Amino acid sequence: MKDLKQIINECKDLAFDLNFTRAKKWKEEKPGRVLVGYMPIYFPREIIHAAGGMAVGVFGGGDRKQIIKGDAYYQSYICHIPRSIMELALDKHMDHFDGFIFPSICDVIRNLSGIFKQHKIGKFVKYMDFPQNFLPQIGGVFYQQEMEHVLEYIKEINGKVPTTDELNHSIALYNKNRQLISEIYAIRQDFPWRLTIEEVYYILRAGTVIPVEEHNEILEQVVAHIRQNIGVPQDKIKVVISGAFCEQPAIGLIKAVEEAGCYVVDDDYMLGSRMILGDIDTTTTKPLEAISNSYIKQSQYSSSIYDVNNPKEYRLAKIVKERGANGVIFASASFCDPSLLDAPIFQNAFNKLGIRYIAFQYSENINQFKVIKEQVGAFSDSIKLWEDEPAAVSNINLTATDSCKH
Amino acid sequence: MSQEAIKEKSMILQKEMIEGLFNDLDHTKELGKKVCYTFVPGNLSELIRTFDMLPVYPEINALQSAMRKKSGGYIKEAEKNAHSEDVCTYVKCDVGMMMKGNIGPTGTKIPEPDVLLLSYTGCFTFMKWFETLKREYPNAKVIMVHTPYQENAKMTPSMVEYMVKQFKEEVIPQMEEVTGIKYDEAKLKRMLALSKEAEDWITKIFDTTKHRPSPIDAYFAGVYYIGPINIGFRGTEQAVEYYKELYSEIQERIRLGLGPITPEGEMKEEKYRLVVEGPPNWTSFREFWKIFYDMGAVIVASSYTKVGGVYDMGWRHDPERPLESLAEYCMNCYTNLNIPQRIDLLSKCITEYEADGYITNSIKSCNSFSAGQLGMMREIEDRLEVPVGFIESDLVDPRYFSYSNIKNRLESYFQMLEQRKMMEKETM
Ligand code: SF4
Ligand code: SF4
Repeated sequence: MKDLKQIINECKDLAFDLNFTRAKKWKEEKPGRVLVGYMPIYFPREIIHAAGGMAVGVFGGGDRKQIIKGDAYYQSYICHIPRSIMELALDKHMDHFDGFIFPSICDVIRNLSGIFKQHKIGKFVKYMDFPQNFLPQIGGVFYQQEMEHVLEYIKEINGKVPTTDELNHSIALYNKNRQLISEIYAIRQDFPWRLTIEEVYYILRAGTVIPVEEHNEILEQVVAHIRQNIGVPQDKIKVVISGAFCEQPAIGLIKAVEEAGCYVVDDDYMLGSRMILGDIDTTTTKPLEAISNSYIKQSQYSSSIYDVNNPKEYRLAKIVKERGANGVIFASASFCDPSLLDAPIFQNAFNKLGIRYIAFQYSENINQFKVIKEQVGAFSDSIKLWEDEPAAVSNINLTATDSCKH
Repeated sequence: MSQEAIKEKSMILQKEMIEGLFNDLDHTKELGKKVCYTFVPGNLSELIRTFDMLPVYPEINALQSAMRKKSGGYIKEAEKNAHSEDVCTYVKCDVGMMMKGNIGPTGTKIPEPDVLLLSYTGCFTFMKWFETLKREYPNAKVIMVHTPYQENAKMTPSMVEYMVKQFKEEVIPQMEEVTGIKYDEAKLKRMLALSKEAEDWITKIFDTTKHRPSPIDAYFAGVYYIGPINIGFRGTEQAVEYYKELYSEIQERIRLGLGPITPEGEMKEEKYRLVVEGPPNWTSFREFWKIFYDMGAVIVASSYTKVGGVYDMGWRHDPERPLESLAEYCMNCYTNLNIPQRIDLLSKCITEYEADGYITNSIKSCNSFSAGQLGMMREIEDRLEVPVGFIESDLVDPRYFSYSNIKNRLESYFQMLEQRKMMEKETM
C-alpha cells in the first residue's frame, strides 16, 4: 500500500493536470478508446465506460490558466468557468477528446454547448437535457433516450454498442466508486482531522480524470489509511459547504475554510461524483433504465434539479443534522444563477430552523482569501463562544423529508 | 405612446384587452375563475383558457413596474432579503413587488396564484423563480412542463413525445383538478385555429419592415405588437381582430410612404436599418428608444419579439395536432434555440430586411440571452460583413442603465455606419 501523502500528491497532480495527460495516455493505449469531456455537475459516466470510453471531468482552469481568449466570449457579469473552459479548448488542451457533454444545469453551460458547436470543437457536442419530470414513464424514458443519443455518438466513433453485461459491469464499478467515497465522508464525519478537505478534494477530483478502476484502487487505499487512528484533532467547528457545485473555488479557498477554524464534513464541490445516493441496480436487463431510475429516485438535491416536491432546504438541513455540523457555509461562484437564486430559499428556511450560516462568493481564478478567511474565522469563533453543543438543527423535525425521493 | 399613436384603433383594441384582463383579475372571486401564473416563453395560453383560468405573467408585471419607475424599490426590497445583486432582476422585481403587497399596474392587488404553471422553456431562471414563489404561496399547485432544448437544432419525435406525455399525464389532470373543469379538446382546437390566424398576421406585420422606409420599428414598437399574444390572448378572436387592424394600419402607412411612429410622432428620415439582439431596457425605455430615432435608426427585426414564439420560419400552431403543436410551440421559442440557430435566424433577418447593422443589447440579468452573444456577434460580423455594435444595460434595474455610456457608444456606432455608407457610395 502506498503512503497516504504520496497518494495525495499523486492525486493533486492528476486533479490539476489541465492537459489531461493520464486520459490521453489511456486513450493511446488501445485503439477504439474514446474520451468524452463532461462539464459539471453530473453525468452518468457508466455509459461511456461501457462503450469503451472514458468520461473526463472538465471543471475549468481554476487559478492555473490565464484567460486571454476566453474573456472575448463572455461579458463581465457572467461567471468565470465558461471562459476558462473556452480557453482550455482554444488552447488545445482537450484536442484528444472526441466529444463533449454539457449537462443541463444552467443557461451558461447550455449556451456554451452552442459555442462549442459553433466552433466545431470535438467530433460531437451534446447538451444533455436531464429530465425535470420525475415520473419513470415520462422523464425516465426521456432520460434514457438522452443516454442512447450519447451512445450513438460513441458508436459513430468506435463502432461499439455496449451489451447489457458491459453496462451492468460499468455500473458496478461506479457503485464501488461511490461507496468508497461515501465511506471517506462517513469516516471524516467523526474524524475529520484524518484527511483535510483539501486532500479529499484532490482525491475526488483526480477520480474525474482517470479510469474508474484506478480511482477505485486509490480510494480503497485511502479508506484503509483513514480507518487508522491518524492525525490530531483540533478545536474546530464542523460545517457543511453548499453552493460550489460547478465553478470550483481555487484550492487556496478550499484550504482557507479549514484553516480558519472549521472542519468541512460535507460539501458539494465534486457533487457529480456523489450525485447518486446508494447503488444503482446492476442486476437488470435494462441498465439504462436502472441508471435513469437512480437519477429520478436517488439523486442528491441540486440547484439544477426542480425540487418542489422535495424541498432542498430540508434536504440540506438533514445533511447538517446527520453530519453533526454546527452550521453551513454557502459558497457561490460569482454570478452563478442556480446557486445565488437558491440562496434566499436556503437562508430564509435556515433562519426559521435556527441553522447558522454565512455566505460568500468566489471566482475560480481569485486566490486572495483574506476577507473570507476572517469571515469564516469569525463564524467559527461565534459558534464556539455561543454554545458548546453542536447539532444546530436539533430543534427541527426532518422526518417529512426523504432525502432520496423527488 | 404618443398622442398620435393612441389614436390608432389597434392601440385602443390592445388597451381594451389588457384592461379587460386586469379587470377580470380584480374580480376572480365573483367570476369564479382560477388564477394561473406563467411565463411568456412557452406560454400555454390556449390551454390556460381551455380551463377558463386567468393568466398572470410575472415578467410582464416586472417590466410594467420598471416603466412605472417602481422596479428599483422592489429590487432593493428583494436584495434586503438575501436575493443577490447578480441574478435576474425580473425575479427580484417580482419578489419585491410581492413583499410590498403585490400591487399590479392598475393599482390593485394581483390575486394569488392557484396554479404556478412552470413552462420551463428557454430559461433556467424560470425554475428557480417558481421554486421561490412556491415557498410564498404554499397553497398554489406548481405544474412543471419541462421543455427540452433544441440542442441539435431540431425538435425530435422523442422530444415532442416527452412533452405530450407531460401534458396528458401531468398538466391536464392537474389543471382539471384545480379548476374542476374537464379537458375539452374541441375547445382547445378552436383556439389553436385562432392562434394560427394571429400568427399569420403577426408574421406579415413584422415582414413589412422589408419596405423602405420601414413602416414600423420592430423592436421598440414591436414589444407593444407582441403584447397580446404574449399575455394570454393568443387563441382569441380579439387577438386576431387586433392583428388584422394593426396590419391594415401599417399597410396604410406603407401606402403613404410613412416611417414608424415614435413617442414624439413620426420618424421623418430612415437613415439606418438595424437588427437588434437582446431584450430592451425597461426602466428608461423612452430615452433608450429616443437615442435611436433621433439618429434616424429604425429596427427592422429583433430577437426579443421572438421570445414568445418564432413564427418567421413558417411554424404555426396546428389544431389537428393540438398537444403536439403546443409542444412544438414551446420548443420553438427564441431562447430555446441553440446558438447556431440563433445566429442563422438573425443572419436571415439582416439579409432579408437589408439591415445596415447589427446591435447587441446585452442584459446583465439574463444569461439565457446574454451568454454567447459575443461569439454570435463575431460570427455574424464575419459571415455578413455587417458592422456590429455592443451595448450593455439591464431589464428592470435602473442602476444598470447608463444613459451617457449607451449614448456615446451608439453615437460612435452610427458614425461608423455613416462612414461606411459614404465609402459604399464612393465605390459605386
Ligand atoms: S458557475 Fe453557475 S452559472 Fe456558471 S456555469 Fe456553473 S452553474 Fe452555470
Ligand atoms: S433570465 Fe432572462 S429569460 Fe430568464 S426570466 Fe430573467 S430575463 Fe427572462
